[in-house]
Amino acid sequence: MEEFNSETDSDYSSYWRDWFISSRGHEYFCEIDEEYLTDRFNLTGLNTEVQYYQYALDLVTDVFDFECNDDMREQIEKSARHLYGLVHARYIITTRGLQKMLEKYKKYDFGRCPRVLCAGQPLLPIGLSDLPNVKSVKLYCGRCEDVYVPKSSRHAVIDGAYFGASFPHILFQVYPQLIPQKNTERYTPRCFGFKVHASAALLRWQEQQRAAQRRRLIEAGVEVPTQEEAERMQDSEDDEEEEIVDSIEDEGEKAGW
Amino acid sequence: MTDHPVFSNDPPHGGDHEEEEEEEEEVSEAEEEEDVEGEEEEEEDDDESLVSESWISNFCSVIGHEYFAEVTEEFIEDDFNLTGLSAIVPMYKEALEMILDVEPDDSSEEASEVDLESDTYNNGAAARKKAQRLGASGAGNIALIESSAELLYGLVHQRYILSRPGMQQMYEKYLAAHFGHCPRVFCNNARVLPCGSTDTPNMDTVKLFCPCCLDIYTPPNSRFQQVDGAFFGTSFASLFLMTFTDIDYSAPSHKTPAQIPPSARKAGTTSTTAPTVASNGTPLPPQPGNLNGFATQNIAPGLGTGKQYEMKIYGFKVSERSKSGPRMKWLRSRPEDMNLVDEATRAELRRSGRLRKKKKSRPPVKDEDGMDVSPGPQESTEQRRAVKKPVRRIKEEVGTTR
Repeated sequence: MEEFNSETDSDYSSYWRDWFISSRGHEYFCEIDEEYLTDRFNLTGLNTEVQYYQYALDLVTDVFDFECNDDMREQIEKSARHLYGLVHARYIITTRGLQKMLEKYKKYDFGRCPRVLCAGQPLLPIGLSDLPNVKSVKLYCGRCEDVYVPKSSRHAVIDGAYFGASFPHILFQVYPQLIPQKNTERYTPRCFGFKVHASAALLRWQEQQRAAQRRRLIEAGVEVPTQEEAERMQDSEDDEEEEIVDSIEDEGEKAGW
Repeated sequence: MTDHPVFSNDPPHGGDHEEEEEEEEEVSEAEEEEDVEGEEEEEEDDDESLVSESWISNFCSVIGHEYFAEVTEEFIEDDFNLTGLSAIVPMYKEALEMILDVEPDDSSEEASEVDLESDTYNNGAAARKKAQRLGASGAGNIALIESSAELLYGLVHQRYILSRPGMQQMYEKYLAAHFGHCPRVFCNNARVLPCGSTDTPNMDTVKLFCPCCLDIYTPPNSRFQQVDGAFFGTSFASLFLMTFTDIDYSAPSHKTPAQIPPSARKAGTTSTTAPTVASNGTPLPPQPGNLNGFATQNIAPGLGTGKQYEMKIYGFKVSERSKSGPRMKWLRSRPEDMNLVDEATRAELRRSGRLRKKKKSRPPVKDEDGMDVSPGPQESTEQRRAVKKPVRRIKEEVGTTR
């Protein structure tokens, strides 16, 4: 990420953002480019959302030189964090932002799925609402398509709106090669080796739902590989995936990112 | 430890949350665990004024052993409960003596060690003493016996928690949320139960079973990744649910679970708490209060419509026909009309011909259950059949050209 900035920003100029993303609890954030922040179009509507908007923006872009007392400074600091978060939600669904987040995803920066059968699938941050101050950030698993609470409480105070409700799905739309292979394996509650009737009946019903969806999709002409087929494909795809990511990076470099 | 997200390895900071504390201890907990056990032994030797604690309570207070219940000595002393374990556990006899803090009753050798006896040895060091007597390799032996004792205790524990007193102990631990809560957002912090994926030791670590979503999760703290799943076994969680049928398993871990009145749990009653109208507005038939041996409201209460995640982009649902669309909804689904899961009654109805009419109208019903939400206009079954054939033909052609 540093290499992205080195051309446009000096070390000093991204001081505030550097500090912000490296501070504790902000591990999920990526750094927003200077150009993105300075383009007023990208900030449309945020001036009503953020207090002391102009000062906050100055602080984020490191051109802040307003003499004020500590209370005021703290207020502006708070606004700056809020502003950064809201811009972040917009930034990470741009091409550059998606790339940066993809990097973090590949490094397991958002943690792994706690579900045993997801076998440590990396997670993606998600908000359950696009409005600020509604819900804290959650983690989305692309394999089981469910949302989980981050295990550390320091992430429980981060607003979900700083990531947005659409981000993981946009990522997978843009990079369909990265959609994890879904597995049909599941946990069956057993007692002394026998399935428990109540849960087994529900599990059977769920299996019917899965089969029904599969039928629907095949009728609609959507390719739905069975698990075995998928696994066979997976082996060859694993190498491919690496190449794809490399090529994405190459493209980025060519485009001068 | 390698399977560990990056953020939890960060330096600790002040936090009052329990999990936070747990994470702080995560750093180097592998060595720590070893140390703690070693220290305990030493403490007992060095500090004579220390009130001697039994091996069992020591074991249960070790960091990472929070999930264990204290097995009563009576249970271990009953040979019947230990059937077959001597074949699995090496140095079985010594391990058993260590667990029970029994002084070895070898009188001839004891006489030669009167000087040692005069020291205020507490019973915790009895096994060590015996190991010393076994020869110069005593130090290595004691570690061996210690690990054997842990294995033996774990396997006895697996059996103990299935017994009535063990179950009761685990119930209290469950109420106190000692096992933590479910990480799934829609389970709303429901309490979980420890379980193993196998009953054979040294196969897999302990996992957490959530009665709300019927799924198993990895404990949030990596120190539990040292704990063998076989020490809890595969049956415990299920048996627990069948034993304590009257508590509300969907209660969040900071609240005491509500009791389900016994009248609602009787077979054949209709539930008064279940919704009578489905989410799409159609009225539901009367819901059973008890189903397949469980209170209906306790069968996966965290699943179903409104309690499963729906992927949306800018507020619009992602179509299941999209390549990145939902494919795993079945995993978190639960019928709104729980009668659909009552297989025995349905089979009976079908046999007597009373369900035939309903069966015809089943495909659209299924769609409304929350599975098929995305595909554009709803078609009737006839229309669908008409569409189906050409699509198939195309698919076949595609198949042959390949």
